[in-house]
Amino acid sequence: MTVEFVVFVCAAAMVLLGAVGVIVRNHPVHAALSLVLTLFGVAVLFVAQEAHFLAAVQVIVYAGAIVVLFLFVIMLLGVDRSENLQIEPISVQRPLAAIVGAGTLAMILLAVVQARDAVRTDSGLGLDDATVTGDPDSNIRQIARDLFSNHVFAFELVSVLLVVAVVATVLLSRRPDKLGAVDSGTSGSSKVSGGVR
Amino acid sequence: MNAALLAELRPTATWYLVLAALLFCVGMVGVMVRRNPLVMFMCVELMLNAVNLSFVSLARELGDIRGQTIVFFVMVVAAAEVVVGLGIIVAILRRRPQATADDLAELKG
Repeated sequence: MTVEFVVFVCAAAMVLLGAVGVIVRNHPVHAALSLVLTLFGVAVLFVAQEAHFLAAVQVIVYAGAIVVLFLFVIMLLGVDRSENLQIEPISVQRPLAAIVGAGTLAMILLAVVQARDAVRTDSGLGLDDATVTGDPDSNIRQIARDLFSNHVFAFELVSVLLVVAVVATVLLSRRPDKLGAVDSGTSGSSKVSGGVR
Repeated sequence: MNAALLAELRPTATWYLVLAALLFCVGMVGVMVRRNPLVMFMCVELMLNAVNLSFVSLARELGDIRGQTIVFFVMVVAAAEVVVGLGIIVAILRRRPQATADDLAELKG
């Protein structure tokens, strides 16, 4: 067996175990830690497919930032207590969810198998391989060239999106009483601030 | 399967796409089954990662760097989505500490 096959099997086991752990663990902190397992497995699969830059970003942004954000919210809000998963508030929900999930999986697999032998029509931009070019940074160089030449406008828009998201979150997570104080400071909006409070 | 074939076994793009499909469906079932809004959000992250994985495997299969560039954008948008979504969840849970997804039906009307 080739090395890539062994890596694929191990990483796939990590990904699927973590994913199942997210939905069957009844404690939110355990679910978040299972999510870390899945995200690391996906990062390993990125490395196995020569996407070195994305693997680094995956570990830093997802495992480093997003899961830590989840854990902060769980800890700060004090919602870190187990919920009973035996209770099923809507009686047919779980069988229906299983049926819909299996049906979607079957459709995607059918599409994958059908597309396997499809004829390629577009030649693509090419993908630099570090083992071929001899440059260990060829992946990040190529992504940077594509990003800052073909997609520079989208890149700038994404920065605007991040600023808007940060401002929106600061506004959302302010305490309601402070919000009311600010609102009552401006004339004519005391009725609104009363509603907020 | 004989030994020579087993020695040459290497994962093709189809294997990665099947794994991505499994991951996506696990995340989708999680969104439909779980009622804790935080765990539902984690399941959305699972689905986003499944799509990223299929983008990267198709980028290698088709020899096109644009598949990896779009994953970069998906990651940024996912980060922004998590920040805003968690802000909303914090605002709801601060008011009603044990709220589940069902209780949010009270928002209507």
